[in-house]
This record gives sequence, structure tokens and C-alpha cells, in this order.
Amino acid sequence: MTRAALRRVTRRAALYAAALGFIGFAGFPFYWMLVTAFKQNRDLYVGASDLSHVPWIFNDPPTLEHVKLLFGQTDFPHWVLNTLLVVAAVVIITVAVAVPAGYSLARLAGRWGERLGMGIFFTYLIPPTLLFVPFARLVSLLGLQNSLASLVLIYPTMTIPFCTWLVMGFLRSVPWEIEEQAMIDGYSRLAVIVKVAPRLIVPGILTVIVFTFTLVMQEFVYALTFISSVDKMTVSLGVPIALVRGDVYHWGALMAAALFTSIPLAIVYNVFIDRFIQGFTMGAVKG
Amino acid sequence: MMERRTFADREDVLGAVMLAPALAYVIVLVGVPFVLAIVLSFSNATAGSLSFGWAGLGNYAAILGDPIFLRALRNSAVVTVGTQLLVVILATAAAQVFRATFRGKRFARFVLLLPWAVPVSLAAIAWTWIFDSTFSVINWTLKASGLLHGWLYWLGDPGLALTAIIIVQAWRIFPFATVIVLAGLASIPQEIVEAAVVDGAGFWRRLFQVELPLLLPVVAVAVLFGVVYTATDLGVVYILTGGGPANTTHVLPTLAFQRGILGADLGQGAAIAVFLLPFLIVVAVAMLRLARRAEVGGAAR
Repeated sequence: MTRAALRRVTRRAALYAAALGFIGFAGFPFYWMLVTAFKQNRDLYVGASDLSHVPWIFNDPPTLEHVKLLFGQTDFPHWVLNTLLVVAAVVIITVAVAVPAGYSLARLAGRWGERLGMGIFFTYLIPPTLLFVPFARLVSLLGLQNSLASLVLIYPTMTIPFCTWLVMGFLRSVPWEIEEQAMIDGYSRLAVIVKVAPRLIVPGILTVIVFTFTLVMQEFVYALTFISSVDKMTVSLGVPIALVRGDVYHWGALMAAALFTSIPLAIVYNVFIDRFIQGFTMGAVKG
Repeated sequence: MMERRTFADREDVLGAVMLAPALAYVIVLVGVPFVLAIVLSFSNATAGSLSFGWAGLGNYAAILGDPIFLRALRNSAVVTVGTQLLVVILATAAAQVFRATFRGKRFARFVLLLPWAVPVSLAAIAWTWIFDSTFSVINWTLKASGLLHGWLYWLGDPGLALTAIIIVQAWRIFPFATVIVLAGLASIPQEIVEAAVVDGAGFWRRLFQVELPLLLPVVAVAVLFGVVYTATDLGVVYILTGGGPANTTHVLPTLAFQRGILGADLGQGAAIAVFLLPFLIVVAVAMLRLARRAEVGGAAR
């Protein structure tokens, strides 16, 4: 083997080793969820100081016991339903508010659009952990404490800024000519917005829906602040807070819940990642 | 011609009408609460009653004399900085790997994105199980490979617990940073890299003297978002340690939650949360400068 060939092989090997390392670090907790969710209790609860019992593999046959417990005897199905209800409501509000705003900033507001858009985007950086104190007060003033309505009211404060920015950025990549042609053909400006623009924005709207879905699925701080009864919880709140009964952690059921919630989100992220990134990098990365 | 210029053709009016709901939402439900968050920190408001009086600097005096708060403030800084250091190293290295083509890359990318996609609270509960005092798989693996002789109480010892928190935060944020750095790498003009190669620059030289300087603005964006995500995160610490043992691992958000919501002392909770502002102001100013530079650069091109 020549020196050059040897070097090439070493470099390939190093590449695969590094890739495996990163996958291992990123994926290990998910592998651990998978193993825990389907292990029998006597295989699961063996102290880590017992070196003869390898925890990484199934020493006994896998079981569906924890999954049955999760879906049959906990509020998990209820939380999934609550989460989907909130997702639906927040998606409607976000699309109705952010899409026209994004269009306005990109097409109608002229040179003020960019600045105003950035101003709105910056509010996305104001974190829930700064706002939860005043919101706790506001929510109790409105009598919304411990209700899903509180989440429906507050979540758009996170989705609207980011989605307005997303739609604005998206529209910049859509040629203006189609709308211009429609106006030459005698459409009024309003008719263009109502009849022509929606078709052009569809992919942008899809991104908005997906972003809103992932954000509502992930949100924890506001849910923790506003919701106190178990039957009103969302998945991301109920699983870590209410699946723990007293001091007893049902690790199998907990990890099954974490796993089942992660999978749809992971798939969605893989499909939409590039669009999100365009939003985050704000033109600092231009081709 | 004049009468045709109706509402339907007034761009400024249409623009304002379409923007108004978003602007109203942001002003009423972000702007006003933001001001209120600061106002409340000077009050003695409690969750129980809606009326409140002024406390002046009372809340600030109380927390600045409180060792638990000072510890939380320090923890927040340590966790935020420690996490970003780890993230920058991991993300630039991972980006070098993931720009190459190799077999199974699609699957590798899927796995890499998992930590970012999973809800923080669910990731935190999984890590709580991984760091469990009796069943920790990390301890088993370290012991089985002969690296550990005693026992690590990951979440029971303040130093180890902070380390665990940094590991989880870095794990959660580095995939996002990697993807951003990859986007940056893709946008480096190929001529520059080729010219460096022609001039005889090897892998390391190309990386440190050509690519990393060009990547700086992009890495900065990743770090800035990372700072916001880490400094303002409540879920990881709340679930992993709950601020314990003995209030040693609180960060600003968890302490603000404990005092303001659980303890019903809204004023003090608000005052603690206000200390997040320095982190955010640094980020906002840096972002604006970056955006301006991108604008100027774009105009020059």
C-alpha cells in the first residue's frame, strides 16, 4: 500500500470514528429511553454497582408492560389531546396574525419593513423566564389560571415574532413579478393579496405551522407556571411532573412517553431544518 | 382615475392594517409585560392579592444579601459560559465531520438533530434517569471499564451536579450550533478555499487560518442563541436537580420561579429575573452589530 493510500484510509477511519462519537453523544439518551421503555422491571432495577449485569442490553426478553401502563393507567393520552388542542388553536392565531404581518413587511411597508421586522424578531429573544412573573399576574387577572386558554393566549407571544420574520424572509425569495403581472392585468392591490398571494405563500405557511407545532410541543415554563391540575397538562409538562407518583419514578413509562413524543418531532425537524436555520441566521449566512 | 385609488389600492393603508394585529400582540403581550416585569421588581406584589405597594429597592437589597441568590447568579454565569465553550468546540468539530460525505450520513444527521427536537423537559427527565444515584449507566460503564473506583453521586454533589447541567445544556444546544456552522461553511466562497489549497495549505491550516476566521460571524450567531437558550432555561435545572442539593445548583430562572411563583413573592421573583437582562442585552447588542455588518457586507458585494 502506498503512503498516500494509507493516509487516505487513516483519514476515512478517523472520519467514521468522529462521526460515531458525535452520534453516540447525541443519540445515547434516546437509546437509553428505548432500552428502558421496553425492559422488564427485574432487568431494569439492578444497581449499577453490580458489574456482572450489563445495563446496555436486554438481559430478559423485552416487554410492553410500561407502554400499556402509560396508555392505560396514566393521563398521558389526555395530555396528548390537550397538547393537540393547544397546537390547533395557536396555529390558527399565529397563521392569522403572522402571515399578513410578514406579507406587509416584505411587500407593503417599503424601507421600514426591514427595521420593523427586526424589531419584532428581537422580541423573540425576550425569554419566558423573564415574563412569567407578569404573565402569572395577567393570567390570574383574566381568570384564566389553570386552563388551556392561558396557554393559547400566551404561546403566540413566542410564535408570532419568529413566524412574522420567517414569512417576511420567505417572501423575499418569491419573485415579485407574479403579483406585478396580476396588477397589470387589472387586479387591485387588495385583490392581489386575497387571490394571488396566498398561493405563493403556501410553503411559508407550512413552515409557520410546523414551527408552531414544535414550539408548543416543547414549551415547559409557561405550562409549569399556569397549569396546576393534572388533567389540564400538556405532554411536556405532564410527563416529567405528573408521571412521578410521590417518590416513585415509573422509569419505564416515563421513558416510553419521552420516546413517543420525540419521534414525530425528530422527523419534522429533519424535513424543515433548513427553513428554520434561514430564520435563525438572519442573513448572516448569505449564499 | 382618482376614484380608482380606493382603499383597495392604498399600499400604506393595507400594509398598516395587515401589520396591526401582530404589532398589537407584540406590544400588549410582550412589550407591556416586559416593562411590568421590571416594575414588579420594585414592588411588594404577592400572588395572593392584586393590589401592591412600592418596595423601592427592597427586593434588590434582600436578594443581594442572600447567599442563595449570589450562588444562583454565579451558577448562571458558570453554566452559560461553560456550555458555550463546550458547544463551540463540539460544533466546529462536528461540522467538519458532517460536511464530508460518508455512508449512513442521512441517519447520522437524523440522530444528530434528536437532542434539538426533543422537548427540553423530556430530555431533562431522561438525563435525570441517566444520572440516577443508584442506577446510573454512566457509573456502571466507568466502573466496568476500570476508570472509576468509588461512586459518583451526579446530582447529589454540587460540583458534579453543575457539571451534569453543563453536559446536558451542551448536548441540547450543540446540534443547533453544528447546523448553523454547516450553513456558514457552505456559504464560504469556494475560490478562497481552493486558492488556499493551491498555495499548499493543509487541513489544519485551512481550518484555522482560512475557514474559522470567515466563520466567525456565523459561530457568533450560534453562540448568541446558545447564551439565550442556556441563561434563560428553567427546565433542565428544575427537573435535573430542582436547585438542590441544599439550594446549591439554582440558576436565576429556577430561583425566580421558586420565589416568585411557588413562594408567591412576585416582587422578589421579578427582581431575580431582572438579572437575566445583562445576558440578554449583551446578546441583543452583538446581534445588532452582526446584522449591520451583514447589511454593509451585502451592500458592498
